[in-house]
Amino acid sequence: MITVKDLTKRYARTVAVDQISFAVEKGQIVGFLGPNGAGKTTTMRMLTCFLSPSSGTATVAGFDVLEQPLEVKRRIGYLPETPPLYPEMETAEYLTFVGKLKGLSGSDLNKRVDFACERCAISDVKKKILGKLSKGYRQRVGLAQAIIHNPEVLILDEPTAGLDPKQINETRDLIRGLAGDHTIILSTHILPEVEQTCQQVIIINKGKLVAIDSVPNLQARARGAESVLVEVAGRNGNLDLPAVQRKLEQVRGVGRVEYKTSHANRSVFEVESQKGFVRGDLARAVVEAGWDLNELRPAAMSLEEIFLQLTGNEAPADKQEIAAKGAD
Amino acid sequence: MRNVWIICRKELGSYFVSPIAYLLLTMFALIFGFFFWSALTGFVMMGMESQMRGQMFPMNLNEEIVRPLLSNVSVIGLFFIPMITMRLFAEEKRTGTIELLATSPVRDLEIILGKWLAAVILYACLLLFTALNFIFLFRYGNPDWKPLAIGYLGLLLQAGGLLAIGTFISTLTRNQIIAGAATFGVCLLLWVLEWPSAFETATWARVLAYMSVITHFESFSKGVLNTKDAIFYLTVIFVGLFLTSRSMESLRWRS
Repeated sequence: MITVKDLTKRYARTVAVDQISFAVEKGQIVGFLGPNGAGKTTTMRMLTCFLSPSSGTATVAGFDVLEQPLEVKRRIGYLPETPPLYPEMETAEYLTFVGKLKGLSGSDLNKRVDFACERCAISDVKKKILGKLSKGYRQRVGLAQAIIHNPEVLILDEPTAGLDPKQINETRDLIRGLAGDHTIILSTHILPEVEQTCQQVIIINKGKLVAIDSVPNLQARARGAESVLVEVAGRNGNLDLPAVQRKLEQVRGVGRVEYKTSHANRSVFEVESQKGFVRGDLARAVVEAGWDLNELRPAAMSLEEIFLQLTGNEAPADKQEIAAKGAD
Repeated sequence: MRNVWIICRKELGSYFVSPIAYLLLTMFALIFGFFFWSALTGFVMMGMESQMRGQMFPMNLNEEIVRPLLSNVSVIGLFFIPMITMRLFAEEKRTGTIELLATSPVRDLEIILGKWLAAVILYACLLLFTALNFIFLFRYGNPDWKPLAIGYLGLLLQAGGLLAIGTFISTLTRNQIIAGAATFGVCLLLWVLEWPSAFETATWARVLAYMSVITHFESFSKGVLNTKDAIFYLTVIFVGLFLTSRSMESLRWRS
């Protein structure tokens, strides 16, 4: 449905988007993930023909964004970062205007306005002035505006930004509900949002594509290849580190043992294993060798850590710990 | 064409929902009313004086009232045009609604024409108020209507050109005040360009005078439809709208 190849946007001094390539299948929800300023909005703006790419190509439903922008625009519903509302208009009046702009007319137009209002739960503010709506309503009117002409592709730039938790949930449900008939690209920097709503994730950082994968795959990566942190303490004060390492390596099913840190007489090892049930064996091995087992916990990576790792930001140690516990 | 009308209707809507249109209409009506009153009073006084002296001068409503008043309107218009055009694109850029227009299946030219047309229609509404005053002339005198009609045509053409320039300037910034001030400066400049020709007959002064929008209004105010002057205004409209479309195009490259 959407094919992007070597898409690049260069400004005078900076490269906002650098040779990004990806493809999105029909009916999928794709999460566009990246820290602020990564180039998410710029990429979306190129897909919607708001900006022209410096080089590379992008096609939506088979139409090139540079060659046939009108055809592309006809098939796209776009919710920019700030909903494009005219503050002096009433909700229904605004949706009617947008519908006309998108080429609807007559009874079809009225039907679509009613449908969009119902779908986005804004029927109760139809006669209200847009400038006086709350943030949550404004966002939903923005969404209604994007789906008014029943586009094949929906491009949503941070659809849940600035909403309260209840509204966020409602918006996510709404987006999931739209998925069947529309192909959706949504950008966000909130990770749970991706886990909850998207089938595929595209992670970009500093304009470059760093990962593109399905959510289960990324989650599998996040749960890790069953990596376990073992904290061992010597009973009489000093601990023979190579001996501990050898002992741990001898446990059946263990792949690799890596020494991490030491505090006083306690040492931490990271143990990777193929199978999931080595923990009991590890504990027995440590105790039988006459050492104390202080802690045994999974060292799985959360999606958050993967994200931080991929986008090149080192997670602070305490945060890593919290994340690891959260993933347990 | 349908899209032009959709955009135009929306622009007119925002003019007339907000106080802008009413403020402009009121101010324009007041100012023109004052000009009309003083011109008419002067005319009546002159008529009475000549009667008292017993010498009847030939007096003509078109020459004594309509023509100077139309020239006045063309100058007053210069002050109102920036207020009409300053928000056209600057406002959309500031609030982000330009993203809606630019990602809808509408051509840039249709957006531009729609907005420009709305501005021209609002200006025509201003002119309508001047027409209300002129009706009195027809009620109590018998001026010739044809020069008046040509005068209005000239006013519309002149405003069309300046509105196109104002529309262009509005695409350059997201700040309405800057757009308004710059448009006002350009309008003023296009007016005073003819001044040097009063004391200088060299080619440069004539070229400057030719570029002034006021020079070309003279024939219209006399009730003469001069093709050269009409073409001048049409050229200004074309250039203004062309620059606007180039400027919109460049938005896609600059962000």
